[in-house]
Amino acid sequence: MSETIAVAARNVGKVFGAGAHTFTALGDVSIEIEKGEFFTLLGPSGCGKTTLLRCIAGFETPTTGTIELSGRDITHTPPNKRPVNTVFQSYALFPHLTVAENLGFGLKMLGKSRTEIDTSVARVLALVQMQAFADRLPQQLSGGQQQRVALARALAPEPQVLLLDEPLSALDLKLRKEMQGELKRLQIETGITFLFVTHDQEEALTMSNRIGVMSAGALLQVGTPHDIYERPVSRFVADFIGETNFLEATVEDGGVRLGSGDVLAVPPSGRTGTVTLAIRPEQIKIGQDGLSARVVATTYLGTDTHYTLALSDHSTLVARVQSNSGADLKPGDAVHVTIDAQSVQVLAT
Amino acid sequence: MSGGAHGRSKGLNGWLLSLPALVLLFVAASGPLLIVAVYSFLEKGDYSGVRWIFSGDAWFRVLFEKDIFDGTVSLADANLSIFWRSVKLSLATTFITFVLGLPTAWFIATRAAKARAIWLFLITIPFWTNLLIRTFAIMEVIRNQGLLNTALINLGVISEPIQILYTDTAVLIGMAYVYLPLMVLPLFAAIDRFDMRLIEAGYDLYASRWLILRRIILPIIKPGIVAGCILVFVPSLGAYVTPRVLGGGKNMMIGNFIELQFGQGQNWPLGAALSMVLLIVVMGALLLYTRVSSRDDPHG
Amino acid sequence: MGKRRFDVTTLPGFTFIAITAFVLLYAPIFTLVIYSFNGGNSVNVWGGFSLKWYAIAAQNEAVQSAAIRSVIIAVSASGIATTVATMAALGTTRRGRFKGQTAIYIMINQPLMVPEIVTAVALLIFFSSIKIATGYTGLGYLILAHAAFCVPFAYLPIRARLEGMDMTMETAAADLYASPWQTFRYVTLPLLMPGVIAGAMLAFVISLDDVIITEFVKSAGQDTLPTYMLGQLRRALTPEVNAISTVLLALTVVILTAFFLITRKRD
Repeated sequence: MSETIAVAARNVGKVFGAGAHTFTALGDVSIEIEKGEFFTLLGPSGCGKTTLLRCIAGFETPTTGTIELSGRDITHTPPNKRPVNTVFQSYALFPHLTVAENLGFGLKMLGKSRTEIDTSVARVLALVQMQAFADRLPQQLSGGQQQRVALARALAPEPQVLLLDEPLSALDLKLRKEMQGELKRLQIETGITFLFVTHDQEEALTMSNRIGVMSAGALLQVGTPHDIYERPVSRFVADFIGETNFLEATVEDGGVRLGSGDVLAVPPSGRTGTVTLAIRPEQIKIGQDGLSARVVATTYLGTDTHYTLALSDHSTLVARVQSNSGADLKPGDAVHVTIDAQSVQVLAT
Repeated sequence: MSGGAHGRSKGLNGWLLSLPALVLLFVAASGPLLIVAVYSFLEKGDYSGVRWIFSGDAWFRVLFEKDIFDGTVSLADANLSIFWRSVKLSLATTFITFVLGLPTAWFIATRAAKARAIWLFLITIPFWTNLLIRTFAIMEVIRNQGLLNTALINLGVISEPIQILYTDTAVLIGMAYVYLPLMVLPLFAAIDRFDMRLIEAGYDLYASRWLILRRIILPIIKPGIVAGCILVFVPSLGAYVTPRVLGGGKNMMIGNFIELQFGQGQNWPLGAALSMVLLIVVMGALLLYTRVSSRDDPHG
Repeated sequence: MGKRRFDVTTLPGFTFIAITAFVLLYAPIFTLVIYSFNGGNSVNVWGGFSLKWYAIAAQNEAVQSAAIRSVIIAVSASGIATTVATMAALGTTRRGRFKGQTAIYIMINQPLMVPEIVTAVALLIFFSSIKIATGYTGLGYLILAHAAFCVPFAYLPIRARLEGMDMTMETAAADLYASPWQTFRYVTLPLLMPGVIAGAMLAFVISLDDVIITEFVKSAGQDTLPTYMLGQLRRALTPEVNAISTVLLALTVVILTAFFLITRKRD
C-alpha cells in the first residue's frame, strides 16, 4: 500500500511558544496523500493548513508525530535534504537573479552539471511558456509572470511532491481563473503530486482530486469535491463550502419533524433526538405545493435570484432560483416550497 | 521562533557573530574609558602621566582650589567660568538650531516626494562634510576681512570691521552652523510621520494657525524635538574643534580645557577627572532622552 | 488673499526661515570653495581665477604624505569596521530577542554616545603606555581607533537592510536544496550587499574626516589631512587649506551621492 502513498502525516501536532504562552497550531492530524494526486488542504486562515504544509516542507518541525515521504520518515530531515519543493505565497523569487538563474538555483545547489541545468531550465521555461523572459529580473515581470516563474522554479528539480502555499491569492480574479486551469494542466502533464493550500473553496472544488477540510488545527473531512459538497459530515464543513441553510429538527419514524410541524422524509442517518439539517439553496423548489412559506426578502444576483423565505415557525431558508424562470416574487408573497429530502444532510446539533 | 533550547542557541550565535565587533570596541573605545576612571584617582606625575598613588586631589580640583601659601579652600573660579561658558553656549546653540531647524524640517517634510529627497540630500551634505572644513568655512565669513565684514563696510553700515572671530559669539555662530543638520534630521523624521489630516481637523474645529502649531503639531512631534535638542546639546558640550578654531585659545570650553591638561597643563589626573565629569553629564542627558522618548512614543 | 490657495501644511514664516537656513548653510561652503580658486597670494584679496593653490597643495610633500596616510587609514579602518559590523548585524537581526541583545546594541553604538574628546583622551592614555611597552609606533593605533568609531556607522545601514529583507528568500533557498552556508553565500550576502557597500562608504567618510581622535592618538609625523590642516591654522588660514578642503568636500559629495543612489535602488 505504501508504494502508492506520496506523503503521509501521522499524528502530527505542532505547538508554538513555550511556558505560559503556547498556541496549538495542529492538534493530532493524520493524512495520506497518494502519488500523482492533486490534493487540497482547505480551511479558514489560522486553521493550521499552512503549518502542516511547512512541516512537510521542513520549515517547521512537528512537536509530535512523524512525516513520511514515500514511506521514509523525514520528520527531522532539513528542508534542503527533502525532495519536496514549495511555491510560496509571496513567490519568494530571488531579486538579484534572472529568471533562468532562479529556475536553475535548485539544480545548482544539487550539484548538477551546467548542461543538465540548462536542459532542465529550458524544459520548465517551455512548460510555463516563459521562454522569452529567461534573462529578465523578477521585478521586470508582472504578477502573473512571477507566479509562473515561481511554479517553474519549484518544478525544475522534479520534486516528488510540489507544495503550493496559497499561490494564487495575490492575483486578480481573471488571472486567478486562468492560473487554476494552468495548474491543473501542469499537474496532469508532469504527473507530480500536488499538495495545494487555500482558503478559497471554489479553487479547491475546481482543481482537486481530493480535499481535506481543516479547522482549528484539526482535519474535519477528507474526500472528493463531490463528497465534500454533497455530503458534509459536520456543520462547519457544510457552512464553509458553498451556501447552506441550517434547520433544527427532531428525528421521528420515517423522517424528521421541522419546527413548523412539517415532516421531511430524509434517508435514515442513525441519529436520534434533535438534529441540524443542512439544505443547499438550490435544493429548495418554489412551487404550488409543499411547505407553506412567506417571502421575506429577494436578492437579485444576475443569473440567479435568492429568495429569503420564512416558514410558519419564523425559521428562515434561502432558496436559489434561476432569474429567468418567471417566478417574479415580492416580499410578503405567500408561496409553497418543496425540499429535495434525499439530498438533505442530517448533522449533529 | 520556536523557543526553548532553540532560542538559546540563537542567542549564542548572536553573541558569537557580534564578538569581533565587541572586542574591537572594547579594546579601542570602551575599555580605555575604564583607565580614564582609574587615572582620575591617581596623583599627577612630575612632567606628564601619573604616579600610582591613590588621591582624590584631581576630583577636588575640578571645583575647588587650595591657596598654596595659607591653605584656604575656595571655588576654582577659572574652572567654573569654563563650565558655565560650555553650558551657556551649548544651551544657546540648541535654542538657535531649534528656531532655525523646526521651520526647515517642516519645509522639507511638506515638499512633494521628489523635491523632498533633494532638500533632504541638501541637509545631509553639510551633515557629512568634515567638521573642520565647515568650521573653516564659517571662519571665512566672520573674520575681520571676511565676507560679512567686507559686505557691511561696502554697504556703509560700519566703517571698522566688527571683531567677531575669537569671541564667544564666534564659537556660538560656529556651533549653531555645524550642528544645525543634527537638529533638522530628527525633527524631519518626526514631522514625516505626522498625519497632516490632523491639521485639517484642527482648522475644521476653528483653531488658528498659531494654536494648531502649539496645541497639535508641537505636542505630537515632541519626541523628535527632544531627540534634536539632545543630539545638538551633547556634542556642543563636548565640542573641541569649533571652540579651538573660532575661540582662538582663550575662550575655552570643557573639551579644550581637558586637552590642556594633557598638553601644556601636564595634569593627567585632572584631565581624567574632567573627562569623567563630561561623560557623566552626557550620559545623564542621554538617559533623560531615553526616558522621555519611551514615555512619549505613541508607537509604544 | 482670496486668490491664494489655502494650503493646510503652510505655517507663517516657516518657508522664509527654511530658505534662510539653507542659504546660511551653503553660503560659507561656497565662499570657501570660491576662494580656493583665488589666484592672489592673500586670502583677503581676489586675484582672479587660478588653480595655483591646488598645484601648490599637490606638490607639498607634507600634504602628499598626509593624503596617502588618510586614505590608508580610511580604507583599512572602514574595511575592518564593515566586516565586524556585518557579522554583528547578522547576529543581532531577525533572530528574535535574546539575552544581552541590548548590551550589544549599547556597546556597538557607544562611539555615538561618548563625547569624542573623552574617547580621544582615553585612547591617548591607553596607547601611549602600549607604545612605551612595545616600542611599536606605527599606523596600527590609528587604524584600530578609527575602525572602532566607524563600527556604528557601518552597522546601522547594514542592519536596516537586513531588517527590510524578506526572510522567505532564505526559506526558499533551503527549499531548493541550498545548505545554510550556500544560502548565505548565494542569497543572503548578495541581497545584503547594497547595505554593506553603504555602510562601508559611511565608515570611509567618517574615518577620512576625523580630527580629534587622530590628533590625540597619532605619533610624531603621522598627520592625516584634517590634522595637517588644523596644524596649518596655528599660523594663518591659507588658500592652500581652502584647496585641500574643497577636494575633501568634493570627495564627500561624490561618496554621499553614490550612497543615496545605492540605498534608494533597493525598492
